[in-house]
Amino acid sequence: MKELHNIIHREETVISITGLHKSFGDLEVLRGVDFNLFRGENVAVLGKSGTGKSVLIKIIVGLLTRDQGEVIVLGQHIDQLVGKELDTLRLRIGFSFQSSALYDSMNVHQNLAFPLIMNRKTMSKAEIDFAVDEVLDSVGLANKNKQMPSDLSGGQRKRIGIARTLILKPEIMLYDEPTSGLDPITSAEIIDLINEVQERYNTSSVIITHDLTCAKNTANRIAMLHKGRFLKVGTFDEVFGSENEQVQGFFNYNFIR
Amino acid sequence: MAFRTKKQYILSKGLDEYFKGVHSAWKFTGLFFKEVFKRPFHLREVINQSFEIGLKSLPLISLTGFIVGIVFTKQSRPSLEDFGATSWLPSLIGIAIVKALGPLVTALICAGKVGSGIGAELGSMKVTEQIDAMEVSAINPYKYLVVTRVLATTITIPVLALYCSFVALYGSYLNVHAEETSSMIAFYQSAFKTISFLDIFTSVTKSIVFGFTIGIVGTYKGFNATQGTRGVGRAANQAVVLAMFLIFIEEVLIVQVANWFRFF
Ligand SMILES: Nc1ncnc2c1ncn2[C@@H]1O[C@H](COP(=O)(O)OP(=O)(O)OP(=O)(O)O)[C@@H](O)[C@H]1O
Ligand SMILES: [Mg+2]
Repeated sequence: MKELHNIIHREETVISITGLHKSFGDLEVLRGVDFNLFRGENVAVLGKSGTGKSVLIKIIVGLLTRDQGEVIVLGQHIDQLVGKELDTLRLRIGFSFQSSALYDSMNVHQNLAFPLIMNRKTMSKAEIDFAVDEVLDSVGLANKNKQMPSDLSGGQRKRIGIARTLILKPEIMLYDEPTSGLDPITSAEIIDLINEVQERYNTSSVIITHDLTCAKNTANRIAMLHKGRFLKVGTFDEVFGSENEQVQGFFNYNFIR
Repeated sequence: MAFRTKKQYILSKGLDEYFKGVHSAWKFTGLFFKEVFKRPFHLREVINQSFEIGLKSLPLISLTGFIVGIVFTKQSRPSLEDFGATSWLPSLIGIAIVKALGPLVTALICAGKVGSGIGAELGSMKVTEQIDAMEVSAINPYKYLVVTRVLATTITIPVLALYCSFVALYGSYLNVHAEETSSMIAFYQSAFKTISFLDIFTSVTKSIVFGFTIGIVGTYKGFNATQGTRGVGRAANQAVVLAMFLIFIEEVLIVQVANWFRFF
């Protein structure tokens, strides 16, 4: 794995969240989240299972609506957008699902071509095929065009999922547990992929993970979600150098077991 | 970890949820009429779905229609013979099949075969987040998945119902032909003699309503599937039960309304 050398523009915030609250029925999940993501920056979000990490990024793309607070993405209040404006903003955000969420009735090529066919009406078939091959190559699965998602391994599905969001050339990437359930070698490949994407497309990313190796090697900053709030935000050493009991618990759990 | 707080209900938990369900089903249906006239139309997907639905249910509908025709004719003959009115057999069969049995049998078969298929397909797309994946890549899943399928069932099921009626009449003709010599043309002529334009119109309208119901119920149940793979099975199952229930209610209502028109 190599060093991070992305250029962060601290003067420009691409995601700005203040006082975010979200409940499901009588279950309070987020209770006052404050968060900023700068252009060009990678932030890893850590936290126990069920703390609302997926809920947080689903609010950022507008898949879920917030109860209270402000969510500004690329300068726009996402919850106030509808129709075309929302679509335009969403095309600038890539969302890689925890479960990959590949369309299982389509083969790999069709999965990747689908967002282009639907959104880039002016592209010819040849241009689309070229774009698909290019992005497949960049995730290291150049010859998998005709495979069905059910015939792929978990790691390959993750990569196709990432490729499907990359094909629209987003400015922000949201990764939901890109390395969960993968062996260490495949995880390392995904980590490299995330960093390559960062360099090549100059994206800003939020990476949700349980995996400290992934967090350490992809993120400029780490944010710990605990009891519906960010407990600690800072560089890897700042966060894990702190005396905080919860943070230490997470750290020890990850390394001792 | 998340926290729990007490929540107030207006009536009771069950009733509140029931009315919320009815409200969301209405909204889901209303959205169809808003979206169906808007671009993009995804015509290719409508055609694909129509073929899929048509081909999938064709064998079963052919068989059922044929058997219904034969059995119904066989069973009616003795009663008519008692009155010495066997010459009325074709018109009786014609009325029964074109006005009632054809559309109803087709709708019930399609509710089972097509409705459950749509419910399961969209349900599994929902629980594996494929529908969310469409939404985040700026594809309107309601337009792409719901509108296309509902249009396909609404177009295909009336065609299947007419086809079913013809097959049933053919089955009936074979039975009549076995007992007495009559030509097929003469049989069809007397079968249609007592059927008016209003009857055909009502029958087709009914099929259109049934087709729409099967599509909407299947997609609604699929779109609202929850709780993983168990939810997929439940969506498919509920799609069939609710569609059949609504089809019976609609059958009664439409026949009633058509009867009012008869007196004008
Ligand atoms: N659509 C929903 N409806 C109801 N409850 C939900 C919904 N989505 C999430 N929740 C609840 O919100 C809580 C947080 O869920 P979330 O998926 O964000 O957890 P997470 O931090 O991503 O966990 P994991 O690491 O296991 O993925 C969970 O208790 C979950 O049950
Ligand atoms: Mg999650």
